[in-house]
Amino acid sequence: MNTMKRVSIFILSLMTLSGKLLAQAVEVDAVPMADKLRADGKIWVVVAVVAIVFTGIAVNMLRIDFKLKKIEKELNIK
Amino acid sequence: MRKLWWKILCIVVFFYVIIVGFMGPVPRLPIINESIRNTYFHVAIWMAMIFLLFVAMIFSIKYLKKGEIRNDDIASELTKSGIFLGFLGCMTGSFWANFTWGDPWPNDPKLNGAAVGMLIYLAYLLLRSSFEDEQRRARISSVYNIFAFSVFIPIIYILPRLTDSLHPGSGGNSTFGSLDVDNQIRAVLYPAVIAYILIGLWLAELRIRIKMIKRIQEERFIDGGSKLG
Repeated sequence: MNTMKRVSIFILSLMTLSGKLLAQAVEVDAVPMADKLRADGKIWVVVAVVAIVFTGIAVNMLRIDFKLKKIEKELNIK
Repeated sequence: MRKLWWKILCIVVFFYVIIVGFMGPVPRLPIINESIRNTYFHVAIWMAMIFLLFVAMIFSIKYLKKGEIRNDDIASELTKSGIFLGFLGCMTGSFWANFTWGDPWPNDPKLNGAAVGMLIYLAYLLLRSSFEDEQRRARISSVYNIFAFSVFIPIIYILPRLTDSLHPGSGGNSTFGSLDVDNQIRAVLYPAVIAYILIGLWLAELRIRIKMIKRIQEERFIDGGSKLG
């Protein structure tokens, strides 16, 4: 996982760098985006935070689901 | 209803939206910059909400035709899920507007229409809580639900297109097909809509099951009492 992260960060920085190199030839859009975040690899922090929050919500919903299933079995509901 | 597969699917699609939503390519547009990724959240939430409220209206109609209380259970819980998603949509939209339009609530017809729609549905909840008898509550709130949805759609879709609006797709702006949503965005937007629909259904399903358990416990309690008496 660590090597995969490093490889993807390396590839991402290559891509962003190559974009800057090409800028001399073509008038590329100067729209500011989060390229620095991506080149640093910090974008993964954003992804991880949202994924962790959602995992918490999903796990809790599954727990409620299983508790209800238990009660339904006891009461013999279809 | 109690199958696990669509809940796991919901979780998987959510993870797809989260990861590809932040890492995937998006068009580079001025003013909106990276926050165009909010399309996967704000816009998807509203689309999912419309779907849930539509299905709730269908179940309301079904209840009025046959009178089975289960249809009203489903309709009311789906509406509650829809209202929840609507509030999330309003909050995410307001936050997004603060950064791109400079104002958390500009006087935009679509925003005002959405707020009015939310109030109409909150009145639905109020209406339900004001009745004791189950059948009367179900009947009146089903009729109200049908009217609420029939008014909601014109308010948020038709009226904004007739006037000037900041929202894409209304009053002078390009619609949701040309500049704002290209194929890169569609690849994440459509799964995101599905994910929000599924989670709205899941929340509704949990509450419906709780309602059914309570109802069966009450019936058995009454039955047990009548056997003794």
